[in-house]
Amino acid sequence: MASPVLEIRDLTVAIADSGGDRTNAIEQVSLQVMPGEIVCVVGESGSGKSVTSQAVMALLPKGQLMIASGSIKLEGDELTTKSPSEMRAVRGKRVAMVFQEPMTALNPVERCGDQIAEVLEIHTDLDAKGRRARVLEVMRSVHLPDPEQMADAYPHQLSGGQRQRVMIAMALVLDPAVLIADEPTTALDVTTQAQILKLIREMQQRRNTGVLFITHDFGVVSEIADRVVVMQKGRIVEQGSKAAILSAPREAYTKMLIGAVPSLVPPVRTAITAPVTLETVALNKTYGKRGFLQPAARVVKAVTDVSFEIRRGETLGIVGESGSGKSTVARCIARLVDPTSGRIDIDGVDIARMSERSLRPYRRRVQIVFQDPYRSLNPRRTVGQSIIEGPVNFGLPHADAIARARDLMGLVGLSPDALDRFPHQFSGGQRQRIAIARALAMEPTLLIGDEPVSALDVSVQAQVLQLLDAVRKKFDLAVLFITHDLRVAAQICDRIAVMQRGVVVETGPTAAVFSQPQHEYTRALFSAAPGQGFGNRIGAGQVADALPVAAV
Amino acid sequence: MTADSLPQPTVPRARKPQSGMMRAFRNPSVVIGGIVVLLMIALGAAAPWLGTMSPTEINPSGRNKPPGTIVTRRDDDGNKVQVMHRLGTDLLGRDVYSRVLYGARISLFVGVTVAVFSIFGGLIIGLFSGYIRWLDPIVMRVMDGLMAIPAILLAISLVSLFRAGIGAVILAITIPEIPRVVRLVRSVVLSVREEPYVEAAITVGTPTLKILWRHIMPNTIAPMIVQGTFICASAILVEAILSFLGVGVPPDVPTWGNVMAAGRDVFYLFPHNIFYPGVMLAVTVLAVNMLGDGLRDTLDPKLAKRL
Repeated sequence: MASPVLEIRDLTVAIADSGGDRTNAIEQVSLQVMPGEIVCVVGESGSGKSVTSQAVMALLPKGQLMIASGSIKLEGDELTTKSPSEMRAVRGKRVAMVFQEPMTALNPVERCGDQIAEVLEIHTDLDAKGRRARVLEVMRSVHLPDPEQMADAYPHQLSGGQRQRVMIAMALVLDPAVLIADEPTTALDVTTQAQILKLIREMQQRRNTGVLFITHDFGVVSEIADRVVVMQKGRIVEQGSKAAILSAPREAYTKMLIGAVPSLVPPVRTAITAPVTLETVALNKTYGKRGFLQPAARVVKAVTDVSFEIRRGETLGIVGESGSGKSTVARCIARLVDPTSGRIDIDGVDIARMSERSLRPYRRRVQIVFQDPYRSLNPRRTVGQSIIEGPVNFGLPHADAIARARDLMGLVGLSPDALDRFPHQFSGGQRQRIAIARALAMEPTLLIGDEPVSALDVSVQAQVLQLLDAVRKKFDLAVLFITHDLRVAAQICDRIAVMQRGVVVETGPTAAVFSQPQHEYTRALFSAAPGQGFGNRIGAGQVADALPVAAV
Repeated sequence: MTADSLPQPTVPRARKPQSGMMRAFRNPSVVIGGIVVLLMIALGAAAPWLGTMSPTEINPSGRNKPPGTIVTRRDDDGNKVQVMHRLGTDLLGRDVYSRVLYGARISLFVGVTVAVFSIFGGLIIGLFSGYIRWLDPIVMRVMDGLMAIPAILLAISLVSLFRAGIGAVILAITIPEIPRVVRLVRSVVLSVREEPYVEAAITVGTPTLKILWRHIMPNTIAPMIVQGTFICASAILVEAILSFLGVGVPPDVPTWGNVMAAGRDVFYLFPHNIFYPGVMLAVTVLAVNMLGDGLRDTLDPKLAKRL
């Protein structure tokens, strides 16, 4: 049997200033990567998966994290005892890394080809001509169209997927024994993600590279992994072959993680026939108008002729990739941006062109839950102050508003006594519950969720989805749910609208759209979703009928 | 599945974050700068009890005496008294020591008042300019226009519009400082305006003025405190420059700039006229700047890049 290219044994990384709840970022981590094998490290935020990869690259933040004990062997060669200059010779040549954010991992003021050539310049003695040839060759091998032109392009001239290809080319140009990929597809759209995953698989097979692949997404794991390592709070919970972990996990934590991944198969839902709460008619939003003393800008059509309706008690999902205009639609309906034309009827009244003054009574009917729970609450104000702000604006006496806030805290599963705490004292999932409580305090008829679970770990995500579904039922709310995640959409939405470049290309009941997508783009989008076969048993990760509401 | 089986989220006990002010008091440059500034304020406030005489009293027989000279002069009753001029006298026989100490009052008063006024004015203009989109280009072009004129020139021409006096000087220094404050406040507002918590406040129907006061203004406090100290230092300097050029407060009023202006013509023969007020000016401005730097490092590390 071949010997492992990367062997981590009993690795412990200590946190220097351990005022927190942990003294070690990772503890007693042991794992191996064989040549030609893809090992996926999965875990939620704070599990230490990125720290593991940084330790291998000797890129741990200085003064904050340091290796306390254990060994890291690269092709039998101990890395932990190497000096910084010795590590420089290893990095790039024998172990290379692909980062999450292709926008920032490339130098914006250097041509892509030169950035790849830099690696060759440092580690080889090729002359300029030889380097150029090698750069073009590796760019061709990662399927970048027209390598000559791409090599002379600056990163901003490339799309996200192309940039990630350049990153991969840079990592692979010296044929390293080990490639570390830290969430390489997380920042990418699903169709691009599918291509990048395919590329990594192909490159790895052709060159027999060992790959350590860090991810939080079980869909990606099922797509690409040979073996899986599950981490939690700095420790390895379980490791084994992909089949063993995904279909027969032994540990409770792994089971919980996998169980929390929403299934791509939508449950059977009955069509809702209640009265219409929201109707948009030919909604348009264009950006780019001439300003005072400013030259005319290019006009961008963010949203074009979007028409849909949401009935009371119904959840409509808008799915689409970044730049599809789905968030702009939500912001138009919440009147955070003014639509250029079209109608937005809330309970039969058109609010699209209302002045701020006449809009005021309708403000409370439409409430929004934002994506980033760390920024949607004012850090300087207590949770209670944030929740009662709206009701007090509409004339509710302070004491009554507090009483309502206490009820709502209980409803969303938090202690009412936590009202006088500040947002930084809560976790992301808890903050999202508070944001939901704030929205409910206004007694809205329409609740907009703008990617409300995208920033959350999968286990927390399931809970927040349950909560959203529960409050929809309890208050008979119309819900507009914006998401890029098809699994989430499959589970929570009654109907789905698919958007591409500002246009709704397809609308229909969730089950129908998923089983028989009509539009070409919908089909492409759905087939790109990672892990098609994974977790599709009926009812897996389904939003259960659990009502935390019932507890109140 | 029932509610019981839902994992009940617990609210973690958070460590109390150290307040910015407490951290600031441990920063050496804040401590040193602060002590020197306090010392200057104390010197100015306690001037009458520190062996000074009237800073405006002239003595034709004791002009241009070097430091340490004992001069005979007449008091109000006509009696002859021996007076020691610790820092000498100027070309009208006024006591430089007294003028320098009393000068600290005017200089610090001008510095602090200009800082308060320009922060206050700049804050209000900047908040509205940053938040109200149609207002922004109009206000900013006016500010650009103000910034295009050299501050000293603008101050000189403003002073010449009014009767010379300390109020005119304060106004003349404040107006050129305002655009810089406006730009800083506006840059904070522009980024905070896009925060989801501000949008959330809009969707729950919070009026614009309340949003500005409650959600946006608090974010500007730390940079404003820092900027205020820098304005204070620069105002003390500009006041001295205006006085030195003879366009500031009337020449009999003791300010550091006026003392130096009075000594300008005889500088080669009697450098003490310029040296002592100059040292006081330099030490004060250095101290205020150190205070500002320290506050910036502790309260608002990001500001260092923006300024």
